[in-house]
Amino acid sequence: MKARALIAEDEPLLAANLQAELARLWPELDIAANVRHGAAAVESALELRPDVVFLDIRMPGMTGLEAAQALAEDWPDGAGPLPAIVFVTAYDQYALQAFEHSAVDYVLKPVQPERLAQTCSRVQAALKARQPNGQAPDRAAALEATLGQLRHLLGTPGIGTAGAATAAPKLGVIQASVGSAVHLVPIGEVLYFEAADKYVRVITAEREYLIRTALRELIPQLDETRFWQVHRGLVVRADAIATAVRDESGKVHLTLRGHKDKLVASRLYAHLFKAM
Amino acid sequence: MSAAPFGLVDPEVRAERRGRFWMRGLRSLGYGALIGLLITGLTGQSFWITMVHSMCIAVLCWFFIDLGRVPAARWKHRNAAAGSPEADSNWPGWPLMLVIVVIGSLLGFTIGGTLAEWLTGYSAPGYLRGSVRQTVALVLSSLVPALIITYWFYSREAIAGHEAAAQVAQRQAAENQLKLLESQLEPHMLFNTLANLRVLIGIDPARAQAMLDQLIAFLRATLNASRSASHPLDAEFARLRDYLALMELRMGERLQSRFELPEELAGLPLPPLLLQPLVENSIKHGLEPKVEGGRIEVSAARESGELVLRVRDTGVGLADKASDGTRFGLTQVRERLATLYGAQARLSLSACDDAEGGTLATIRLPLPAPGAPTPTPDATTR
Repeated sequence: MKARALIAEDEPLLAANLQAELARLWPELDIAANVRHGAAAVESALELRPDVVFLDIRMPGMTGLEAAQALAEDWPDGAGPLPAIVFVTAYDQYALQAFEHSAVDYVLKPVQPERLAQTCSRVQAALKARQPNGQAPDRAAALEATLGQLRHLLGTPGIGTAGAATAAPKLGVIQASVGSAVHLVPIGEVLYFEAADKYVRVITAEREYLIRTALRELIPQLDETRFWQVHRGLVVRADAIATAVRDESGKVHLTLRGHKDKLVASRLYAHLFKAM
Repeated sequence: MSAAPFGLVDPEVRAERRGRFWMRGLRSLGYGALIGLLITGLTGQSFWITMVHSMCIAVLCWFFIDLGRVPAARWKHRNAAAGSPEADSNWPGWPLMLVIVVIGSLLGFTIGGTLAEWLTGYSAPGYLRGSVRQTVALVLSSLVPALIITYWFYSREAIAGHEAAAQVAQRQAAENQLKLLESQLEPHMLFNTLANLRVLIGIDPARAQAMLDQLIAFLRATLNASRSASHPLDAEFARLRDYLALMELRMGERLQSRFELPEELAGLPLPPLLLQPLVENSIKHGLEPKVEGGRIEVSAARESGELVLRVRDTGVGLADKASDGTRFGLTQVRERLATLYGAQARLSLSACDDAEGGTLATIRLPLPAPGAPTPTPDATTR
């Protein structure tokens, strides 16, 4: 069957080899792009709308898992179904177990042709199931299944990082520098954290601060029952959320208590907002 | 390894100590019986009366000495840091213990004697009733066995303690060895290298062969590193070249490497693969995460009587907090340096301030004196 694919692998030889093997095993597959890092993968995928993406887990800048998350969050509504995702990894002791319990497919490096052939037929079956003549409820169910798998993978500590995720001590105050002074912001006063490049914006009812920490380093230091991640770049204090309204695309629009900002939770985290 | 909470002895340890306490009591009763037999044999006194006296005195001597030991140990170690081995120790040291033995055996002799008198109705000669010679003999008859038995108990338990400590140390050494090997044969690196090799075999067999040779040299050096004490600096550089060649093949244009080894330093001895964890950190935490990649420079220099080894990268730098992996690598290097050179060797890690950024790791080692035979580090590292 005809389909369009994207490969993201940072090691040039392995990327070329994967492309060659795919061309042999699945001649009708059009490899639309072959990129070297996670951010490029997201960018090209959003532009080229492939049916399947092969993502290496450990890549510079953005890991394969983070790229998958970004795709799931930013995939436009009218752009057809989310691409099928196949992870490629050499050895990630945390990942393998998580993958075993997940229908998102994965391939181990060195890539064995027999195993890759299996993956190809699995992807073909998945693509067939969601042809345009398929039932709309089925497609919604398929999307929900993919999201569930991604959630599961994202919740597994240590995937795609070099070491084990250790339990970090929880922060009581945020220390933010303002000019020459350092402001101490009690964690309970923070309404939400928003990633801004290598920084994080810290928003309280009165004002906002900028701290020089990546959100991914900050998250383990936050009490997850009090602070909910609702998007890859957004963490909100749960008791600051007033209402949550889900739209047709699956995104959830949030209003805050005592603050005018409106936030959007991605479809990956929409499951957090269900009535009791 | 159940660590006791600070300042408290682990309940299991406490139960075990209590068990040993009562065992010593029982043994003391036995020693009392032995002494009683000895006295009966030597003096021909009434068997039962002597036995009761001897056993009463022995048990009470034990009771006062063993009981006095714990508060004495606590007092002695009152300034020890909570959780340290001293704070948990029940041994106050010999000088204090001697005082306890003297007081304990005098108390045991007096009270035990009174108890035996009450039990048998026979009044033994006390300190204050007989001649000076008799008193000395009596005191010695309880003091000397008390000392011997205390020493006996102490050495038995000290040996048991040493054995337990040795077992723990052995286990830790084995664990460290395994961790070191695992970190050097990092599975992610190994499988990715093999994946590249697999591809190369198909498209460029000559290059694949060269790569395989480099992998073999690297693996051999890694496995030998814990066995041989040192190799020359140029061999160290050759192994790093092998490793970086493998990494260059994987990372392509994203990795460049430079080496600088002055001729006169090439023969200096160095613990094998000492620099390997530093180079690996540069790759793993500096260049691999950087999208555009960068350069790694390994150099050796003689500076004010020291051998200075530098590993510098132009990676993402130290801003990202060192992960567990980095710390393990650095700890490894520091421990090896401390074992081999003591305080004379140093490892420092700093951020590079120039335009290219990145991280610089510097090792300073004592240079062997000119003319002196090249010293070989005397211990293999774990």
